Amino acid sequence: MSATPAVELEHVSRIYSLPSGDVTALDDVTLSIERGEFVAIMGPSGSGKSTLLNQIGCLDLPTRGDLRLLGRSVRAMSDRELTDLRLSTIGFLFQRFNLIPVLTAYENVEFPYLIKNRRSDADGRVVTLLSLVGITGPLVNRVSTQLSGGEQQRVAIARALVNDPEIILCDEPTGNLDTKAGNQIMHLLEDLNQRGKTIVMVTHDPVMAHHAARIIDIRDGRIE
Amino acid sequence: MISTGVIFQVAVRSIRLHFLRSVLAALGIVIGVVAIASMGMMGANMTLAITDQLSDMANMLVVGPSTGGGGGGFGGFIGGGGAGDSYITEKQYQNIQKIASKYGIVYTLRSSSEYIEIGKSRGRATIYGLDTEVLPKILALQEGAFSKSITSVVIGPRLADRYGLKIGSRIDIGNPDEGSVTTVRVSGIIEERGMSFDLNTDSAIVGSDRLFTIILGGEGKYNQVNIVLSDISRVDEAKKEITDELNRRDEVISIQDSSRMLETITSSLSTMTGFVMAIAGISLLVAAVSIFNVMMMSVNERIREIGIMRSIGVQRWDIRKMFLYEAGVLGTVGAGIGAAVSFAFGYIFVFGMVGTVNYFFSPQSLLFIPYAMAVGILVCVLSGIYPAWRASNLDPVEALRAE
Ligand SMILES: Nc1ncnc2c1ncn2[C@@H]1O[C@H](COP(=O)(O)OP(=O)(O)OP(=O)(O)O)[C@@H](O)[C@H]1O
Ligand SMILES: [Mg+2]
Repeated sequence: MSATPAVELEHVSRIYSLPSGDVTALDDVTLSIERGEFVAIMGPSGSGKSTLLNQIGCLDLPTRGDLRLLGRSVRAMSDRELTDLRLSTIGFLFQRFNLIPVLTAYENVEFPYLIKNRRSDADGRVVTLLSLVGITGPLVNRVSTQLSGGEQQRVAIARALVNDPEIILCDEPTGNLDTKAGNQIMHLLEDLNQRGKTIVMVTHDPVMAHHAARIIDIRDGRIE
Repeated sequence: MISTGVIFQVAVRSIRLHFLRSVLAALGIVIGVVAIASMGMMGANMTLAITDQLSDMANMLVVGPSTGGGGGGFGGFIGGGGAGDSYITEKQYQNIQKIASKYGIVYTLRSSSEYIEIGKSRGRATIYGLDTEVLPKILALQEGAFSKSITSVVIGPRLADRYGLKIGSRIDIGNPDEGSVTTVRVSGIIEERGMSFDLNTDSAIVGSDRLFTIILGGEGKYNQVNIVLSDISRVDEAKKEITDELNRRDEVISIQDSSRMLETITSSLSTMTGFVMAIAGISLLVAAVSIFNVMMMSVNERIREIGIMRSIGVQRWDIRKMFLYEAGVLGTVGAGIGAAVSFAFGYIFVFGMVGTVNYFFSPQSLLFIPYAMAVGILVCVLSGIYPAWRASNLDPVEALRAE
């Protein structure tokens, strides 16, 4: 195991310039997350949790400071490189599941695989992942909009895993689910963490946060 | 490439998901393609039909009186008064004859539109007066014979049909209210010739020069002198020799050669075709606007989907491709249907406008179908460029937040 952390933030600020003035969503955040860690980010609404997660996920770049993923600085990366990084190194889970509506469960999971590998999945990886998250039988070929919230989030987990990313980022993954479905998701995440995935999860639910080994509190864009 | 495949699939699915909207957009392309292809084919068929008919007579020189600089078309010579202000004199004709007889057949031509009466039917017809020696050399009869009798004429097949004229039928030429009437007898019916540079005989009465003089006077005043060249490569030589001689002092005659006239006609036809096709192109412009609109709607509806794809790791270029595929598929389907419809509609249209479909299947005509298709697809893809560009440049975080 190399000593390079999975995620390193050094004095990262994210400032939105609005006509009404600047909004500092992240204020000089320095943070390090080791490989294989399960971290929960907690804080009130508007405190900058999603902004932080989007920075880690390379969906957005810092206004100031530097971010390193697996030792590589993202500062100087082109959009193309950042996109490739998202494809191979990062898996996302969102509160709104964010499956592609026109595709079936199977196709949603296969999609990033096809984009990355440029060939169809011959090893049954997609089906294996779907059954790992409990999507089997007729559900596999159902269009994603016809699945329940819990089912959609489980498909999203399978999709996040299909390119075997190092880091899984979750923004309130259980926010739209009831306790039972939410717990299923949390068990899956714990399981993945046990298998060595680094997991960063945004939540404002303390119960969910207790699944994590470390809790980072954020308030007004600052880590406490 | 599989990634291209999956991007393509998503594009096709989005079309299917918004089927009605897509169909309406593609319909614009269908109409545009049909309009351009039909207009183009009409022009091509018309040009082919006319040149085919006229090129048989491309070996013709038409000598007319000088119009004083303003060189009118060949039609200007024919159908004027029996003996108007300007004409070719007997002496000029003799000169032309002397020079040009070595190049081919030289004959004078007079023509006039006259009042005719057949039994109880009345009407007008073009009367041609020609040298009786020449008649058999330039006209072919479908029945009857040329007669040496002064009151015998041969008539065109359409005139014969219209008035039910047969060999031996009588025609009264001239208006009884205005002067004398001359009765002539039909001795032969000319074969259909269609349009031509020298004589349009299909609805005309052709008689001897003497008969023409009896009816209309003006002896030795000819509307034009025609020269049928035996060797087409000597056009310029013959033209030069005649003008050098006759126009030595004053410009008294002007010469038109039929191959040049043919060029003029063909080029004005293609100008016309281009113009009509440009008008048809406007319908494609309208189609482009509607495709653009559909593509913008598609982008706006799928902002979140674009955000999802970008977060997963889909490159900008692939997003762009997805929308260009969508536009391309709409264009290809529209243009494909348009091509099929053009084929059927074009056939009917050409038949209606040109009167013949003999040339419909020729390459020059059918070429307009793939041509219009290509223009249709191009227009579609072009109108997809901006929406695709916009989609690919969306900020992923913003896009994910969209409804
Ligand atoms: N695109 C933007 N433009 C301007 N301000 C923004 C933008 N995105 C976020 N902000 C601001 O940045 C701050 C942090 O937002 P963020 O979405 O990270 O909060 P959050 O902790 O995820 O909240 P919640 O729990 O409600 O999701 C907020 O004050 C928000 O208004
Ligand atoms: Mg948030």
